[in-house]
Formats: sequence, C-alpha cells, structure tokens
Amino acid sequence: MQVLLSMNGIDKAFSGVPALRQARLDVAAGEVHALIGQNGAGKSTLIKILTGVYKKDGGDIAFDGRAREISSPGGAQAAGIATIYQELNLVPLRSVTENVVMGFEPRRLGLFVDWPEAHRRTREILSRFGIKIDVTAPLGTYSTAIQQLVAIARAVSLDANLVIMDEPTSSLDDREVEVLFGVVRELRNSGVSVLYVSHFLDELFRICDRVTTMRDGRTVSVRTIKDTTKLELIADMLGREVEEIETAGMTDLGGGEKQLGDVLLEADGLATDRRLFDFSLSVRRGEIVGLGGLLGSGRTEAARALFGVDAISQGEIRLKGEPWKPGTPSDAIRNRIGMLSEDRKAEGIVPDMSVRENMTLALLPALTRNGRIETQRERALVEQFIKALGIKSANMDQPIRELSGGNQQKVLLARWLATEPEILILDEPTRGVDVGAKLEIQAIIRDYVDRGFGVVLISSEFEELVEGADTIVVLQDGYSVTTLQNPGITEDALVSAIAHHHGTGPA
Amino acid sequence: MADNSISNGNRIAPPATHDLTSALRTHGGLIALFLILAFNAAFTPNFLQVQTLFVNISQVATIAIVAIGMTFVIATAGIDLSVGAVMALAGALAPLIFQSEFGAAYPALGIAAAFAVPLAVAALCGLFNGVLVSVLNVQPIIATLILFISGRGIAQVLTNGNLQTFSNPYFSYLGTGKVLGLPFQGWLALALAGMAFWIVTRTTFGRYLLAVGGNERAARLAGAPVRKVKIGAYMICAFLSGIAGLIVVAINSASDAARNGNLMELDAIAAAVVGGALLQGGRAPIFGAVLGAVIIQLVKYTLLANGVEDEVALIAKALIIVLAVYIQQARKE
Repeated sequence: MQVLLSMNGIDKAFSGVPALRQARLDVAAGEVHALIGQNGAGKSTLIKILTGVYKKDGGDIAFDGRAREISSPGGAQAAGIATIYQELNLVPLRSVTENVVMGFEPRRLGLFVDWPEAHRRTREILSRFGIKIDVTAPLGTYSTAIQQLVAIARAVSLDANLVIMDEPTSSLDDREVEVLFGVVRELRNSGVSVLYVSHFLDELFRICDRVTTMRDGRTVSVRTIKDTTKLELIADMLGREVEEIETAGMTDLGGGEKQLGDVLLEADGLATDRRLFDFSLSVRRGEIVGLGGLLGSGRTEAARALFGVDAISQGEIRLKGEPWKPGTPSDAIRNRIGMLSEDRKAEGIVPDMSVRENMTLALLPALTRNGRIETQRERALVEQFIKALGIKSANMDQPIRELSGGNQQKVLLARWLATEPEILILDEPTRGVDVGAKLEIQAIIRDYVDRGFGVVLISSEFEELVEGADTIVVLQDGYSVTTLQNPGITEDALVSAIAHHHGTGPA
Repeated sequence: MADNSISNGNRIAPPATHDLTSALRTHGGLIALFLILAFNAAFTPNFLQVQTLFVNISQVATIAIVAIGMTFVIATAGIDLSVGAVMALAGALAPLIFQSEFGAAYPALGIAAAFAVPLAVAALCGLFNGVLVSVLNVQPIIATLILFISGRGIAQVLTNGNLQTFSNPYFSYLGTGKVLGLPFQGWLALALAGMAFWIVTRTTFGRYLLAVGGNERAARLAGAPVRKVKIGAYMICAFLSGIAGLIVVAINSASDAARNGNLMELDAIAAAVVGGALLQGGRAPIFGAVLGAVIIQLVKYTLLANGVEDEVALIAKALIIVLAVYIQQARKE
C-alpha cells in the first residue's frame, strides 16, 4: 500500500485552547478514507491545516512522497489537494464549461479562449462520471448534486491526487447520493484518493476503505471498514465500550417514567396559508408528541402555527383548556411556549453575539428591570446552564459562531429552557450534531418532560420518534392523518403510516 | 475604543505574526487620528491654538451627534438618508416658534417650545421612516429618500425660502455657550454618546437592536419586537438629527433651510462606517462613530486650513470611506 498523505503529530491551539493534540492521518493512494468524530473532535481543524487555511503549531505533513509546508489554499491546490466544500465555490450564472475550465481555459493563438475545445473537454470529463448535461447552460440551472459533481470534475481536471469531501451528501436526495458514490468509485479506480468526512455512518460502509476516528483533538483509531462495525465506530467516537452502548439503546429519549398528566395544549383543525390545511394534536404534561411525515408534509408548518409565526386562518388552539390565538412568537413565549427552530443558522443563532447574549435572548423581558438588563442575574443564569448542559465554550462571552454545531444547539436549547416553558416545540433538535451531543440533547429533553412539561418533537430520524415519542401524529400534505400510540410503535408501523395514502383531500 | 460593541468583547487573540495588521484593524481609527494630529501640528499654521480647538469641537459635535443616531439605524442593517433634511426642518421650526407672538409674550415658554416642538417633529419623521421600513417593508434607502427630498422642501416652505436671522442669547447658548471653557455642544455630544453607549450595552432595547441586525429571523423567533426596535432606531436617529439641526442654527444665529445639514447624511454614514459599524447590521460602536466624526472633521479642516479646495476635500472624504470599508472587509475574515 503506497502512502499518499501522511500527517504526523499535528498540534494546533486557538488562543491557548488545544484543538489538535498529536493528531495523525494517513491516506493511501487510491483509497477512499473516511474521517469521523464528534463535532469539536478536530476533523475540520485537521482538514483546514491540510488545505492551508490554518497554520499548524507543530507536526509534519508529507504528501506524494515529499515533506510539505502548505501555507495557503492555493498552495494546497497546486500540490494536488482539492477540496469540495459544503457551500460550493462556483459561479452559478456562468456556464458549466466556464466553471470547469476557469483559470485554465484552452487558448487559440495564446489569446482567445477556444470554446469548442473547452466544451469538448468538459463533456469528456463529466462523461467519465456518467453525467451527460448541456455544458453551455448556466451552472445555477442544475441541482445541487450536479453542481457538486461539477466541482469534483473541476478538481479532477486540475490533476488532484487527493479530493476532500466535507459532508458531501447532506443536501442530496437518495438518487443523487447514488450518482455521487459512482463518482467516488470512479475516482478511486483512476488512482485518486478521497478523504470523506461525514456524519452518516451507513454511507461509510458503502464506499470507504478505511476510517480514521478523532476524539478531543486526538486520532483514536484507524480501522479497515471491512473488519469493523457501526457500533465500534460509535464507541470510538464517544470513548465508550461497545457493550455499554448496546445495553443503553440507540437513543437517550426512551426509558422515562410514563405518567401523563393534564392536557396542556390542544389544536383542532388548524390551517395556515403555508400549506397547512387540517392539523390537530393534543399534548399532555409529561408527554412527547412526535410529528411524523415526509419532507414537506407540514410538520414545520404545524410548529410555526402553534408558535404564532404563521397566522392561523382556521381552527382553534386551547392552552390548558382556555381558547388561545397566538399572534406572534413573543405572545407564545409569554404563554410559556418555546420553539427550537429547524434551521440553526438562519433562524437560531445570532452569529456575532456571545454565547451569553444568544442564550438569554428569549428571556430578556424577564431579565429586565426598567428597561435595563440585570447583568449579574444574567451571568449567573448562563453560568448555571453552561454547567447543566455541558456546553463547551472558552467562556460565556465567546461569539457563538466559534462553537461547534452541537454546542450551538445546546445554547439554543438553553435559550428556551431558561424561559421555563411548559411546552417546548423542537424542530429537528439533533440534526447536524454529532452522536455524543445528540445523546446529551435527547437526555436533556427527557429530563425536561419528566418534570411534567410537554414536548412537540419533529424529527426526520424514525429511531428518535419511535423510541422517544409517547404519541406520534402523522402528517401528509398538510393534514394530520393518523395518530400512533406508544408502547407498540415500531419503525415499520411509522413508515407505513407515513407512506400509506389516506386520501384526505379537501372536500 | 473604535470597537466597543458588546458582542465583540472577547475576540480570539490573533496570531503573533499578524500584530501589525491586526493592530491596524482594531485601532486603525486611533492611529489615523494620531497621524492627522501629528501632520497638522507640524504643517498647519496656528493648529495648536485654542481657537482651532473650539472651531473643530463646534463643527464635530453635530457630525458626531448625527453619526451616533446613524449607528443605531445601521445596526439594524438600515440606512437613513433623511438626517440632513430633518436637521433643516428642526432648525427652521425653532426660530419660527421663539420669534412668534407667543414666543414674544412668554419668552421662557417660547424657548422651551422652540426646543421641544422641533425635536418632537424630528422624532415623528423617524416614526415615519421606521414605519415605512418595518411595517410596509420599504427598502431603507428608498423609505428615507422620501424625507430626504421632502423634508428640506417643507423646511423651505415654512420659511418661504428666506434666511431667518435672530438674536436670542438663550437659544444661542446651544451653539455658543461654554462649559469649563469648552463649547457646550461638545459636552452635549459626549453626554449623548455616553447615553447611547449605555442604551446599546445595558438595555433590552440595545440587545434587541444588535440581535435584529445580527439575525432578524432568529430575533423574531426569540420574541424580539422587531418592528418596534427598528422604529425605535429610526426615531433615535431622527431625534438626534433634530438636536444637531438646532445646534447649527444656534451657532449661526440664523436658520438657512437650504444649507442646514446639507450633505450631513454622507458625513454621518462615513463617520459611522469609519467607526466600525457594519452596513449589514448587528454592530453599534457608538464611540467609534464619535471617533469617526472627529477624523472626518479633522480631514476637512486640514485640507481647508492648507488651502485645498472644498471639492478636493470631498474626494479625500471618499478615500477615507474606501479605506474604512477595506479595513472592515479584512476584519470580517
């Protein structure tokens, strides 16, 4: 096995806080190598050192048989390392060809771009990956998947030896994932190595050869995929024993005392202008009510209606038996309802504000006396939540954008818990966070429910719903079509409820 | 001092090799100020005179006061082009009131009304801007363009386009009075800056202001009264512009609706941006805006005192803005 990349003893600290400690990574020529670990384990820092975005504090990098000092992204590209970022750095308004050959256009007489040749070359590169599209059309007219593949094609045309893919499948649908995997296999066959970063462990077993696991800035294991199991990888990432996890179950939502109390929130026949037509549910004290359904079935829309984001055009809500019409989110907050929104970046964090300011944003009215914020009480409260939820940040005044996804999510969860809500609406609370943070967040939710409050839980992970929810309301096309009751819900039952067509159209 | 928004209290320390550039980024304003002062001390005749200091303080006070207001609006990712027009309107109203029959009959009440009414009208202008922007969702630049055009027009109609001169020692104190030997309006500007800083860093309104500018959707979902906050920002800006308008009138003992506050919107925006405000919102460096105002004023003065023409001074101002924006871009990385 010929080694292409060898990173050894890499150290890196940010303002004194070590992010990498003696980390190492070896990638063989022509292999698909996975890099996994929890958020904050050091994956992205390691990659950013490899691609010249960060400067390492110590350690050696050897690439293609030579020791290298990579000091800039351009340097990495010149060395033969190409990175496909989650947010693509392409030009959507220009043609596919222009995007592929940009900066390396074939020329005629050394002056004019030879477009027929450029188009031909682009078609040839893309057809290697089984993609046949009109290369003269603007790139932006194609799907994210195609755009991603064009980025890969560009990388390959620049003679990259190593292609780094950071969460490449997170915005792709199943069919597109297949196409991407085909491309990855094609790269491997032609001798190009792929460094594959992903949260989705199942994927690794389908296309990777080896996997390096990181935890707390260290490289903790390098395994051959053929000889390992998903459970072993999770155990590596968490630093736990396999047996420990097996007995604990896959999520931390289940296992609470089941003592349901009075009805907290009832909705009857809700409709909004945002594709919600007829939605009903009831949440009791101590109950997690899951909302099941496919993408676009109206789960998020239902949550927005309950929280007063979208105006309700029909139906009614009763809050502890009293009729209530939510007008705005602040209205809902005053009535002790909280909502963790689905899109953390767009609707959750205020990136430039500190952990403290983000955490107390929904609580401000309660922290205010005569328009002034009571800073001492604020700091004490934040301190308490940072401890209780195990939030990892340098201090409470650190900008939230510098935290890992899981820690950001915990801060947002704390934002709502701090308002002491009786009902929490959680829209995908564990999406995009690593396994460890996921279990912690699930435990926090469980603890909250056990204190006699109610939760409305939206999750695309069937596992989380089936194990966690006491009741699952299944939605289809904006209608709540059926209700499943635990114990007794299985993933199969949920899937068939979601998939089965109930034929509830408007009369 | 240039960077005092509360969200930036704790930056990650930059690597040692970048000491010079990072120092330029965080203290660029102060360094620029020092350079201008040093240049003037060496080359501008009579720069180190008390009279020069007075002239500059009285000039910078109005820019600083409006720039503070502009900083509130920019923090919400907005912009207010109407500040100069609001100055003219407030400035036109004041002499009309204390020179009216009512003002002559009750001088004390007249003076009080000459302050209260124009400032109330200014605040109403802010309300108008804020409602257009936050309720009717008009682009800030268009919404405030309405008063930018019509505000000065109204002021000129009120005064029949005439220059109104007056002599009223009580009102003129605002522009010519001295406290501890320094011009009153300088102290006023500092006091207003202190209040604005307190509002931004200590009050719920200030926190919401930065949250709305930093991520409006998140702020709304966290219960922030987004509309009220935006309207509040525009009202504060217009109110402060009103004060600046009164100061200009008091300095000149005359109100000229055609010239009062002319091009002030550019100076105020430039001062706020030089001071570290981000046009995409989420930051409100109040003392930065004051520093920016000082720099803008000193550059103007330097060029003027060294015989450079006014038109060239405008170009210099543009260069300062370009430089400030460039440094800001670098800061964001």
